[in-house]
Amino acid sequence: MKFRFNMAASIRFLVRRMVRDYSRNINCSVSCQIVRSSCPLNLSACRCFSDNAENKTTHFGFETVPEGEKTERVYKVFESVAQKYDLMNDAMSLGVHRLWKDMLLHVMNPQPGMRLLDVAGGTGDISFRFLDYVRSQEERVARRVAQANQTPSWQEISTSYAAPGQEEVEPRRSRAIVCDINKEMLKVGQQKADRMGLTSGLSWVVGNAEELPFDDDQFDVYTVAFGIRNVTHIDLALQEAFRVLKPGGRFICLEFSKVANPLLSQLYNAYSFQVIPVLGEVIAGDWKSYQYLVESIRKFPDQETFKGMIEDAGFFSVRYHNLTGGVVAIHSGFKLFRLLPPQRGDVPRPQSQPLP
Amino acid sequence: MALLRGVLTISRQGQTNRVSFVHEVVCVRQQHSHVDSSDSQYDRLYPGHIPTNPIQKVLLAVGSGVAALQNPYRHDMVAVLGETTGHQALTALRDRMKGDPEGCTVLTERPRIRLSTLDLSKMASLPDKSFGREYLRFLEENRVTPDSRADVKFVDNEELAYVMQRYREVHDLLHTLLGMPTNLLGEVAVKWFEAVQTGLPMCFLGAVLGPLRLSSSRLGPLVTSLGPWAVRNGRQARCVLSIFYERRWEQSLENLRQELNIEPPPLTVMATIQKAPSQS
Repeated sequence: MKFRFNMAASIRFLVRRMVRDYSRNINCSVSCQIVRSSCPLNLSACRCFSDNAENKTTHFGFETVPEGEKTERVYKVFESVAQKYDLMNDAMSLGVHRLWKDMLLHVMNPQPGMRLLDVAGGTGDISFRFLDYVRSQEERVARRVAQANQTPSWQEISTSYAAPGQEEVEPRRSRAIVCDINKEMLKVGQQKADRMGLTSGLSWVVGNAEELPFDDDQFDVYTVAFGIRNVTHIDLALQEAFRVLKPGGRFICLEFSKVANPLLSQLYNAYSFQVIPVLGEVIAGDWKSYQYLVESIRKFPDQETFKGMIEDAGFFSVRYHNLTGGVVAIHSGFKLFRLLPPQRGDVPRPQSQPLP
Repeated sequence: MALLRGVLTISRQGQTNRVSFVHEVVCVRQQHSHVDSSDSQYDRLYPGHIPTNPIQKVLLAVGSGVAALQNPYRHDMVAVLGETTGHQALTALRDRMKGDPEGCTVLTERPRIRLSTLDLSKMASLPDKSFGREYLRFLEENRVTPDSRADVKFVDNEELAYVMQRYREVHDLLHTLLGMPTNLLGEVAVKWFEAVQTGLPMCFLGAVLGPLRLSSSRLGPLVTSLGPWAVRNGRQARCVLSIFYERRWEQSLENLRQELNIEPPPLTVMATIQKAPSQS
C-alpha cells in the first residue's frame, strides 16, 4: 500500500516536473535568442538542463556532465575541502556565515524535546547551535521552575503529597542527527564535537539526501544549510524531507540565492569569481573546488522558483527571508498532513489527521 | 626591485588587455563553458592549466607571497608566486634558450626529469665523479625525489609553462653542479645563483629573505665567500636550462662544470656547510 502511494506520488511529481521543464525549455530557447543578442551576461537563462531520455545530463558548476557523474564529482570536491572547510568559510564570508547560521536558528526557534535532522550537515555547525539553543532554553525553564518552587502554594504542596507512587515523567531529550553523504566532512564534524565536548544528543549518519536512511514521520525539524544546491535531484531531496518529517514538522533551508539589486549583484559576482578561487588556492591549495562552489551558486534556482519546488513537494505556508540583500535566503515550509494516493482523478486528497 | 618589476609586468599586461579584461571581470565570460561542449575551462593550453585574468594574478601573487612568508614549507605557494610574477623573466629565459643550439633542442624535445624517466640502475652503475652518479648520490643523501615538484598552473603560455617546469626540475641538478646540500645555507646559495641566472622575481625574494633566517655563524661565510661565488658563477655560467642533462649522465662532473663555466665551490667553506644541520 505504502509502495503504491510512493510510486503514484513520485509519478505525479515527475509528470508535473516534466510539464514545467518542457514549458520552461520553450520559454528559455525563445528568451535565449533575445537575451543573447542584447547582453552577454545571460548566466542562468540558457542553462536549461536537457532531459534527454538517452543520456541525462545536468550541470556541475558551469560544466555539463552526465547525471551519474555529478554525485561522484561533488563527493570528491567535499572530500578535498573537508579539512579546511570551516577556515575557508570564515575567510570567504569574513565570518558572516556565522550570523547567517545564527539567524537560521532564530527562525527555527527550537524547543526542548525536539528532534532535528540536519541534512548535508557536514561539519555540524547547525546541530551544535541547535543543541546550544535548546540547552539554554532548558536552563531557562529550569531556572523559572526553581524560582517558582521557592514559594510553593498550598495547592502545589497538596498535589505533591497526593500521588506518592507516581513516577516522574522524564522530559523528552532533544536530539540532533547530522546526516551527510561525505564521510570526510562527518569526520571533521566529529572531531569538532569532541573538541567542544558535545557528546550527548548528537548522532552522525552517512546518508544520501535523495534517499534518507530513516523511517517516515520521524523528525520535528529538517534543516539543510548550504547543501541542497549540491544535490543532483533537488526535488527528490525535497520529497524525502517531506517523508521523514512528522505531520506538523518544519522544513528549513539556508542556501545561497539571487541578489536582486544590480549594483550589489555585480560586486558580488566580481568578488565571487575573482577573489574566492584565489582564496581557495592560497588557503586550501584547491582552486577548482572553489570555482565549482561559486558556479554552483549561480546554477541554483532563485527564491521564487525554489519556493515553488518546496510547495510541489507538499509543504504548506512556504516562506523565504532574504539575508544580506539576497546573497543568502532562508526558505521554510510546514508539513501539515500526510499525502494519500488519489482516489479519483489527479487531485491528491490530503487526509486530515489530528496532530499527534 | 624585482618584485616591483614583477608587479609592473602584470599591470602592463593588464593595460594592453584593458577592455577585454574589464569585460571579463564584470561579465565573467572567461568562466563560461558552452552548453554542449565537453571540454572545461581547465587544461586548455596544457594539462593542469587554470586560466586567470590579470586581477586574479595580482591577488594570487599577493596571497601566495603572504602564505609563503608565513609558512615557508608551503612549496605550492612558492610555486604559485613564481608563476604569477615570472612572465617577463620566463620570456627572457625562453629567448636565451632559443639562442643556444642545445637549448633549442630542449625546447623542441621537452624532456622531463621524473623517476619514471630516469634509469636509476644504469645511473648507479656509472663511475664515481660522473654527473649521473653524483646526482643519484645527492638524491639518496638528502632523501629527495625529482617527483616532488608542483605542476605549473597559472602560466598562460604553453612554452613558458614548460620553461617554468624545466626550471623546477633542474633545481636538484643545480645542487649537484654547485655541490650544495639541501640545508638552508645550501638552498640560499643556490637561490642566489638562480636569481642571477634566471631573473625570476621569486628567486630574488627567496635570495633576500632566506638569509634573514640564517644564524649569524652561517651568515658570515655566506656574505664573505659563498655569496659572491654564487653571484659570480650565475653571471658567467651558460644558461643552465639550455643543457640537455638527460644525455650527459656519463659525463664527468668536472668536465661538465668546465663546459658550463662554473667554478667548484670554495673549499674553505665546504666544511662549514656540511656541518650545518638542515634546519639552520
